[in-house]
Amino acid sequence: MTTATTGRTEVKGAVGTAHTRVEGRDKVTGAARYAGEVPFADLAHGWLALSTVARGRVRSIDTDAVLGMPGVLAVLHHGNAPRVDTDYIGLLGIPPDPTAAVFQDDRVPHAGWPVALVVAETPEQAREAAEALVVTYDEEPHDTALTSDHPGAYPADGHMPAETEKGDLAAGLASSAFVVDEEYTTPEEHHSMMEPHAATALWDGGRLEVIDSNQGATWVQTELAKMFSLDESAVRVRSEHIGGGFGSKGLRAHQVSAVMAATVLHRPVRVVMTRRQMFSLAGYRSPTAQRVRLGADGDGRLRALEHRSLNQTSTVYEFVEPGAGVARVMYDADAHRTANHVVRLDVPSPTFMRAPGEAPGSFAIESALDELAERCGLDPIELRLRNEPEAGPVSGLPFSSRNLAACFREGARRFGWAERDPRPGMRRNGRWLLGTGTAAASFGAGAGPSTALLTAEADGTFTVRIAAADLGTGARTALTLVAADALEVTPERVRVRIGDSDFGPAMIAGGSMGTRSWAWAITEAARDLRERLALGTTVPPEGITVRSDTTAALGALAQKERHSFGAQFAEVAVDTATGEVRVRRMLGIFAAGRIVNPLTARNQLVGGMIWGISMALHEEAVRDRSTGGLYAPDLAGYHVATHADVGDIDADWVEDHDPDDPVGIKGVGEIGIVGAAAAVANAVWHATGVRHRSLPIRPDRVLSATAPTAGGGADA
Amino acid sequence: MREFGYQRAGDVSGAVALIAADPDARYLGGGTNLVDLMKAGVERPARLVDVRELPLDGIEPTPEGGLRIGATVTNSDLAAHPEVRRRYPALTQAVLAGASGQLRNMATVGGNLLQRTRCGYFTDLSKPCNKRAPGSGCPAVTGEHHNHAILGATDHCVAVHPSDMGVALAALDAAVTYETSDRQGKSPIADFYLPVGDTPHRETALPPGALITGVVLPPAPVAARSRYRKVRERASYAFAIASVAAALDVEDGVVRDARLAFGAVASRPWRARAAESVLIGAPADGTTFGTAADAELAAARPLPDNGYKVTLVRNLVVAVLTELAEEAAR
Amino acid sequence: MAPAPSSTSSAVTLNINGEKHQLTVDHRTTLLDALRERLDLTGTKKGCDQGQCGACTVLVDGRRAVACLNLAVAAEGREITTIEGLAEGDRLHPVQQAFLDLDGYQCGYCTPGQICSAIAVIEEHAAGWPSAATEDVRPEAGPPPLTPEEIRERMSGNLCRCGAYVSIVQAVARAAEAHGEADTESAKETAA
Repeated sequence: MTTATTGRTEVKGAVGTAHTRVEGRDKVTGAARYAGEVPFADLAHGWLALSTVARGRVRSIDTDAVLGMPGVLAVLHHGNAPRVDTDYIGLLGIPPDPTAAVFQDDRVPHAGWPVALVVAETPEQAREAAEALVVTYDEEPHDTALTSDHPGAYPADGHMPAETEKGDLAAGLASSAFVVDEEYTTPEEHHSMMEPHAATALWDGGRLEVIDSNQGATWVQTELAKMFSLDESAVRVRSEHIGGGFGSKGLRAHQVSAVMAATVLHRPVRVVMTRRQMFSLAGYRSPTAQRVRLGADGDGRLRALEHRSLNQTSTVYEFVEPGAGVARVMYDADAHRTANHVVRLDVPSPTFMRAPGEAPGSFAIESALDELAERCGLDPIELRLRNEPEAGPVSGLPFSSRNLAACFREGARRFGWAERDPRPGMRRNGRWLLGTGTAAASFGAGAGPSTALLTAEADGTFTVRIAAADLGTGARTALTLVAADALEVTPERVRVRIGDSDFGPAMIAGGSMGTRSWAWAITEAARDLRERLALGTTVPPEGITVRSDTTAALGALAQKERHSFGAQFAEVAVDTATGEVRVRRMLGIFAAGRIVNPLTARNQLVGGMIWGISMALHEEAVRDRSTGGLYAPDLAGYHVATHADVGDIDADWVEDHDPDDPVGIKGVGEIGIVGAAAAVANAVWHATGVRHRSLPIRPDRVLSATAPTAGGGADA
Repeated sequence: MREFGYQRAGDVSGAVALIAADPDARYLGGGTNLVDLMKAGVERPARLVDVRELPLDGIEPTPEGGLRIGATVTNSDLAAHPEVRRRYPALTQAVLAGASGQLRNMATVGGNLLQRTRCGYFTDLSKPCNKRAPGSGCPAVTGEHHNHAILGATDHCVAVHPSDMGVALAALDAAVTYETSDRQGKSPIADFYLPVGDTPHRETALPPGALITGVVLPPAPVAARSRYRKVRERASYAFAIASVAAALDVEDGVVRDARLAFGAVASRPWRARAAESVLIGAPADGTTFGTAADAELAAARPLPDNGYKVTLVRNLVVAVLTELAEEAAR
Repeated sequence: MAPAPSSTSSAVTLNINGEKHQLTVDHRTTLLDALRERLDLTGTKKGCDQGQCGACTVLVDGRRAVACLNLAVAAEGREITTIEGLAEGDRLHPVQQAFLDLDGYQCGYCTPGQICSAIAVIEEHAAGWPSAATEDVRPEAGPPPLTPEEIRERMSGNLCRCGAYVSIVQAVARAAEAHGEADTESAKETAA
């Protein structure tokens, strides 16, 4: 037995200093095991069979032929699978996407819908049997095309009100000196994290164990418990290392079908999605059709603003990609109207994908601002600075902190913005036309209720247990630093264990809220533990454990507009003879609260900006209208940026501090992508004089664009 | 993927005999395309005959002053070979423009010639495709086709050949050598790929069961000044949307000899002979280059969404030939 | 479950990280699945299983290759090196160390492939191989310097969806520099 000590004066603050990842060694040696890599004796392998039609009913499934194939153990489908409950509200306060509740009826709502799970002794056997399974359908006509004037469109709330309105828009526009009225579109985009969704399910002494790759162990645990009508304590979900999530890794067909198969077969069953299956089972960002109308007076001050955004959702689940939400935070005008609409199509359910709403919404409105700057003859940064709101444009609430202007000033200085000639199409380097562009960024800074367990061990170390998820964000390391500072010890004395639902409820890794939510819980636990230890308590062999719960503290938070902000800068080169666009340089300056670990935070911010490059230039999933399925749904058909697409990219930050957060954190997961695609598109305009309002800016679109005319722009 | 037999061939005649005995058998080279297609269910061989260890991995000079490249030479070794880089730089550039370092280490010259189209309808069993399932239709004509053919296509198929190497080989007048159970043969690359017609599933003139043994490059002094330029939808690790292999010999401002071939515009690497005949003997300037490109592209029949390729190829031809002419003038 | 050898499976000996493994493989089993499902060498990752992402990059006879398009049965007789075979005891390979120090990753799933690829990139460059980023590929032009642009092109077969490309390229450059210095030093030693 020893006496634990905290608060030694020689301990320096760990938060704010660069630390390599605590699990780094495991990741560079291959020792880190992801969900599909934990071995089990007697493991069986499930392979999903997906519908080949876009709409209709399953008429027949010829299971007999397949059950006779080597190694095949079972074929689960709507005729024999266990029934599940989908009539509940989950941890995030929303009902489940029925896409995850597989094999409940014969309806096929989209191409690539799971119609069966074939389970066999080996993956090769399961795959062949799933491919051999003959399924016939009663096919019905489908509609998979999102159009801006689709008659089925309707306003939908999602996680914010569908529509906001103040003032007289028509009058505001009519009285404006300068008006922009344009449509912008973004395509269907897929998360495409490197690790496919994988889950192993088994029953262990009456308890369901699921080894999974997800963004919240307690989230998936509670969803599975509700769906299978089990007590939450009878379900344990573990998710130690996650190969990327970006919004896609929640409850999905793989976990549910694995649990069904493990229940039926009484042995462990693993289900892993193939890359192609992910394109219909893992969610995606809906395409958007957006219209922005801006009216400004002679000195660029906005008098009227309208942002409307339309996205598609499936026939079984309503998901809103709230592109118009960003205007509710960024820009004010006397006449201000925003609206998010959806249309139900025979397509898979879209879902959260890195900066849902902000990513496509900022492309539209930040492009429109650039167009307005051009029309007003104002520098695009100056235009934005003139339109900095005092309070939330829609809510009227004060900002917790809004350091956007500081981001623009610092970014302009470091990027060399002052030397910029605003005229488009003026700079050439060999075959390349050069241009620069900028855009603003914002993303909500929130927190969700979390619990943490903190133990003072008898050997003088401390163990944190929290059902956090490290998707590659560096959360495990950041929480180690936060805990060390809260305990006033060095990080080497702190061990953080995450990704286990047995650690209690915690916020998911999502909405840029993970690290902030978990850090809050750890900070509260550390305060309690230090009080206990301050009494000179002797630590028994089993240690002293305290538990925190931030539900009450979060509930007491004052209502404010809480957001991160940022300024994006891009330099592009465009070869108008070939249509190639290259991003040579990008700089993002962010006001994103206190930065816990500069090493990993910079990496994550830069990663978000690279998503912006990828969104601007490469990503587009093309839906084949005749079959209703995707064309070439794989990583050769769906391009994400690779090494050669990424030039000199840097991110940095200005001093910013959330005054109401115990650590001062806001979150850095999503802000990096916001505005990045617009900055690139604005730079393409500056290089060529051609506006691209539809992403991605592919070579064919650059080549097909109208050539700029003297004294005026052109459109694409 | 269905179950299959596997045998490693020790010599060429043994490999050919194994295939001759089994019409459902396929040669396995680097596997970079075949194994992928087997996973997709597009290829379902009953047996694989692994030819990677056959003694066909050499690059040797020919008595005529050209090069003979063995069929199992990997793309990497081909691209890195000093004689290829010196005498046929466009071939090295073309190979290096394809795939990735990993795939180039695996892929072989023989397999590269036989790789199948990456058309998304061809590789997806849930969709019709005349090339994969003759008679099922070609949805690309009215569907997604922004990266499909503008030259030599028919309503039966508008897919493009994905090879970069093949484009350079077409420009260089390469010939493909092969062996069957009863003879050795040689096919100029111009005759190697069949026209699409109404049989897009028949792609090459190789006799049934034939094994490609290598590629012969004739001597081509013009190729010492040659280039390959590829345009794709990301900066690397993507198939072409258009490419050009070009060689140019200029003397006193006049084109003495020229070679030109296009990639990703047709079901095969497209040798641009009409353009070459405009070039040879004409002044080496932008006007000539544009006229030459137009002469070849007069036959283009773009679809609604791939008309940009006509512009793109024309611009590429002018750009690459201009670069070569400037290099010659230095 | 290990099948018995038949017309569609074979008993093979795979040489992995210097160790011989005897097993019977279904001919359909890729080298990637043999490593992950049969030999518990799960460091090699399956990102796409189609040769489109590079996550499964291993070294085969010293050269980088994707394990997903290699059949296990065809890998017999070759020397396979995976991410598990790079460190010497506790001492990380210099490329591993550079990735760790410079944060050349985020989620870590593409990392083993990036590291194996980077090791090969450094070797390929040292051997004088040009790349698509090399302006003049003729041997007379000499080997191109390993600029960031060269590294980016040569590493492009390894996708990183987290977008850690900037720090990966820094890590490769640092390791290449150390490698070059080591070469110079060993050359000096030889000369001495």
